[in-house]
Amino acid sequence: MKAGTLKRYFGIFVLPTLLCFLLVFVIPFVMGIFLSFTEFSTIESATFVGLANYKLAFRAGDGFLRSLGFTSLLALAVVAAVNLVALALALLLTKRIRFTSLFRGVFFLPNLIGGIVLGYIWNLLLGGILSYFGLDITYFASLGFLGLLLLSVWQLSGYMMVIYIAALGAIPKETEQAALVDGATPFQLLRYVKLPQILPSIAVCVFLTLTNTFKMFDQNLALTQGAPGRKTEMLALHIFRTFYGRIGWQGVGQAKGVMFFIVVAVLSGLQLYFTRQRKEKI
Amino acid sequence: MKRSLSLLLALITLLFSLTALTACGKRDGVTVRYLNFKPEVAAKYEAIAKAYEKETGVRVVVETAAANTYEQTLLSKLPTRDAPTVFQINGPKSYSAYKDYLADLSATELYRHLADPSLALSKDGKVYGVPYVVEGYGIIYNKKIMDRYFALPGKATPYSDVSQIKSFDALSAVVWDMQKNKASLGIDGVFAATSLKSGEDWRWQTHLFNLPLTYEMEEKDVDMTAADYTDFTFKYSENFKKLFDLYLNNSTTARAALGTKTVADSMAEFALEKCAMVQNGSWAYAQIATESGNKVASEDVGFLPLYMGGAEESTQGICIGTENYYAINQKASAEEKAAAEAFLWWLYSSDTGKRFVREELGFIAPFDTFSENDIPNDPLAREVLRYMRADGVKNLPWRFAAIPSLRLKEDFGASLLAYAQGQKTFAAVVSDLKAAWQSESK
Repeated sequence: MKAGTLKRYFGIFVLPTLLCFLLVFVIPFVMGIFLSFTEFSTIESATFVGLANYKLAFRAGDGFLRSLGFTSLLALAVVAAVNLVALALALLLTKRIRFTSLFRGVFFLPNLIGGIVLGYIWNLLLGGILSYFGLDITYFASLGFLGLLLLSVWQLSGYMMVIYIAALGAIPKETEQAALVDGATPFQLLRYVKLPQILPSIAVCVFLTLTNTFKMFDQNLALTQGAPGRKTEMLALHIFRTFYGRIGWQGVGQAKGVMFFIVVAVLSGLQLYFTRQRKEKI
Repeated sequence: MKRSLSLLLALITLLFSLTALTACGKRDGVTVRYLNFKPEVAAKYEAIAKAYEKETGVRVVVETAAANTYEQTLLSKLPTRDAPTVFQINGPKSYSAYKDYLADLSATELYRHLADPSLALSKDGKVYGVPYVVEGYGIIYNKKIMDRYFALPGKATPYSDVSQIKSFDALSAVVWDMQKNKASLGIDGVFAATSLKSGEDWRWQTHLFNLPLTYEMEEKDVDMTAADYTDFTFKYSENFKKLFDLYLNNSTTARAALGTKTVADSMAEFALEKCAMVQNGSWAYAQIATESGNKVASEDVGFLPLYMGGAEESTQGICIGTENYYAINQKASAEEKAAAEAFLWWLYSSDTGKRFVREELGFIAPFDTFSENDIPNDPLAREVLRYMRADGVKNLPWRFAAIPSLRLKEDFGASLLAYAQGQKTFAAVVSDLKAAWQSESK
């Protein structure tokens, strides 16, 4: 197609999408930032209050910082656990084992189940086991933490595994064979040959798990609801409850939402930066 | 050919986005938009709307918020062009949240026919919420099991009928003795599980808590409609603890398992006669009656007041009030407002409307258009009326609308669970609640 034709139809094809993008994303986003500096119950009734909402969000006893801490801790644990499990699975499933594709499918499957359903399934499973000890998932906050970790590993590992399998498959066979000829042990093969060559994928997986865990909402709601006493309340759920659970606190909820956005945006920015850097080196 | 095809595609895309934009802006004639907050009665309101349209020709659109999302739905719908004309608010707290949207109802027929005008929500002489149902709660008991106890040869209390239980001391003595004899009474415990799973703890953090709150507010002479009650001291925390401990100690369920129990679990225990008492309200009868395998006959259920050693126990009644008020959208056009008023008046005054209220919704409606014969046929509703009409009985109002926020209630409930599990002292429960009360008011 000629460049002129492209230009002529550009408006017709792109404009509707652009309009929708503006209407449902850019405008609400800008309004949202504005609302975080106001006190409001509906968007028509906003009065400007400056930084008051941000101050209230950080006030002692509010729980925003505790939620941030809990979410960060969980995110660290999830990143480590998910990537280790996913990599181990990928290594196993790139060996010549029978029914490899069946196993791949089975491990990937949990990723297709919605978070709410998954949360309830794990709630039932863990509740069934814990009831033997006269406990339940909300008895201690640490139980909730472990439950969320388990759930995340179960849900995310399969997805990350697929990325790792693809990366491992893309390693040139010559490098492995050369290492084997040189008498490398399986550990040396992994450490010095395979891992360095899949580093970009590791970066992608680490950041994907990190942002996924930070944004986790439905699993949290279905598994623990933040109980006991909001000790397992993650950021997204915390913001939701600030907005809808406290009359007159909508502005504060909005302010927390803006800060939440900044955290996730920084994480995504870092991911872009690292993956780009790797590519340039190669 | 190729060119016209791509043009066609472009047109279709444009058309799609245009219809998406205009679809929400279409309206014809005056319609009443009714936002319903209980999904379980959605079908009944649809039927009412249909009947109203058939009688008067005015269209009523019933929209229902999904379970537990009423406030969200209302907040996001109000600023739109499809804002509801009639919606519900739940008490004085709602005023600050929705004040721009609350029309003055003092001139409406519905308000004029309110049996007790003091029940309405008003501010500065303007009425902005009209209650449409009253409900009551207390300790629901199973008369059959109680009588079985009173007939026990080895019982340790002097009482021989439920009506003789008129104080916390009497209730406590009977309950402890019943618990001791639970095997011969055929029950697992006197009280149903104290459901403390998060989201299922409102019977304690809201309803039971209403009593110490009421005692305190009445002592200070705080107005029912006051939206902000900031100098909360929890003066009667010991009374709260007395009854709450009685529930925990004489329960069907071990304390450690309470965090998993739901209200439905408790009501099922009551319906299957695994316990003799459960704290709940008149709305819960449906749950008892529809439980599969229900063993409780309708003539055997009754209410006992929530005795906790308060000042006037001999005259204490149950807690009767409402958190359901109609509000009409101030920003709707004059015709729409008039149509909304007419619809509500029709529902509570015409024969068709009243039949729906009585038989379908099962409301005890607080309007003078409802006579003796318009009482719903449900034993707990009748009990509420019995308490309302009894001489020398002082029923307690619902003061819990003064609780600053849902979050405070959730935190209080979590605190109570930790206390029940032995992870928190009651003193810490009290001090945490007081601190939260202050911080929630900003």
